[in-house]
Amino acid sequence: MRMPDSFNKYLDETGATSRFTYRYFHELVRPRYEIRQFLRQCYLIGYTSLPLIGITGFIMGLVLTIQLRPSLISYGVESQLPVMVALAIVREIGPVITALIFAGKISSSIGAELGSMKVTEQIDAMEVSGTNPFKYLVVTRVAASTLMLPVLVMISDAISLYGSYLGVNIRGNTSLRLFFFQVFQTLQFGDVLPAFIKTFFFGFAIGIIGCYKGYNSSKGTEGVGRSANSAVVVSSLMVFIIDLIAVQITDILGLN
Amino acid sequence: MEGHSSDAVIAIDKLVKKFGEKVVLNEFTVDLKRGENLVVLGRSGSGKSVLIKCVIGLMRPESGTINVLGEDVLSLDHDGLDNIRSRVGFLFQSNALYDSMTVKQNLEFPMRRHLKNIDFKESMDRIMDALENVGLAHTLNMMPSELSGGMQKRIALARTLILNPEIILYDEPTTGLDPITGKEITLLIKDIQEKYKTSSIIISHDMKCVKRAADRIAVLVNGSCYAVDTYDNLKRSSDPNINQFFE
Repeated sequence: MRMPDSFNKYLDETGATSRFTYRYFHELVRPRYEIRQFLRQCYLIGYTSLPLIGITGFIMGLVLTIQLRPSLISYGVESQLPVMVALAIVREIGPVITALIFAGKISSSIGAELGSMKVTEQIDAMEVSGTNPFKYLVVTRVAASTLMLPVLVMISDAISLYGSYLGVNIRGNTSLRLFFFQVFQTLQFGDVLPAFIKTFFFGFAIGIIGCYKGYNSSKGTEGVGRSANSAVVVSSLMVFIIDLIAVQITDILGLN
Repeated sequence: MEGHSSDAVIAIDKLVKKFGEKVVLNEFTVDLKRGENLVVLGRSGSGKSVLIKCVIGLMRPESGTINVLGEDVLSLDHDGLDNIRSRVGFLFQSNALYDSMTVKQNLEFPMRRHLKNIDFKESMDRIMDALENVGLAHTLNMMPSELSGGMQKRIALARTLILNPEIILYDEPTTGLDPITGKEITLLIKDIQEKYKTSSIIISHDMKCVKRAADRIAVLVNGSCYAVDTYDNLKRSSDPNINQFFE
């Protein structure tokens, strides 16, 4: 029986991505370590994403609070508004929305940058210059993306909760201290830790897919555009798939 | 290495390179003598760039041998290849300047990688020397995007020269340049050969560049080295495979 071409292509792509990921781990542990370039990427990937992540986090907390209030009022549990919002943000919405925005910003920029470096022979020039381009370009970006997303999610969660506090106060009167007292009294270890751990996987997937698409770009400038686009699409999809797996694992471990 | 000249700095023997079923280089054999400029002449897509990418280890051929400065390139490990690459410069067709770095950083990059213990003063001296050689000392802090095509080519050439290579591989150095800038680059290639006693393989089908720069020409036809001779001798040839380039 002959498989359809699209299925064969999908299998090829999956195999190539797996080999690329294996190579990442292989190069990650082998010297020489590109510390300066890694720190530069942490700055570019993490720090420069802060304004976007902060604004979206703030709006997310505010809107969620405003939307939830009527439902909670109808059940007579308006006082639980900070708790409900905090649980939703910390456990699910914060990590997933932040990861999706991060994928849109970082995966596409990595895909386009490495893609254009590939088609203009800059990656070959790097190799000729005595540099391992995979280590210099891919390892540093993926490591930075893996470590920076959890930090961004924590910041985004904090800003979201502040947005929620403002949302609560649009039609109520709660002090900041009372709001956060309610939030931290409710949040359990099992709410925070699994959500935090999965962000490392989100960051890794976003970084590795962006790098894979860019590093294997071809067909000139058209290929660069296609790499950037498909980096965003595939990494966003991966965020949802990892989230689904993470939820199943936390459920099995009884952390839900 | 049978049949190669004793003063050859590069000896390529029966090189075969395929992409899928397509044979690009078919038992290609040629040598580059010390101090000469050898032009590889061939039609677009005939495998000229593939040839020099095999020489520097950016592509791996299916069979054959490549000997560069006494080292068998195909048997070298990563460190061995790095060592050879510090002695062989490569000028890319698209210049391949790092567009996120300034001109200074572009020139510093190969030095930082190959010469790990170089101090700041020596590094700056080398950068300024390389930039003065190509007449662009004033561009030190400019970004590649601020430079014209000809200036980018010169900066790429300066980056190639920064490690004082014994051999330089030029991949279509005049492609995409106007005739005047093309002539300037060709003269620069000749100057470099005379000043630094470098040996070079130049990939080109720009016949003005070929005439000015070549000591010998290797004609690449159907993946094989069809003929090797001087410009004048090849121009006199009545063979249509050779003649087509000179018409």
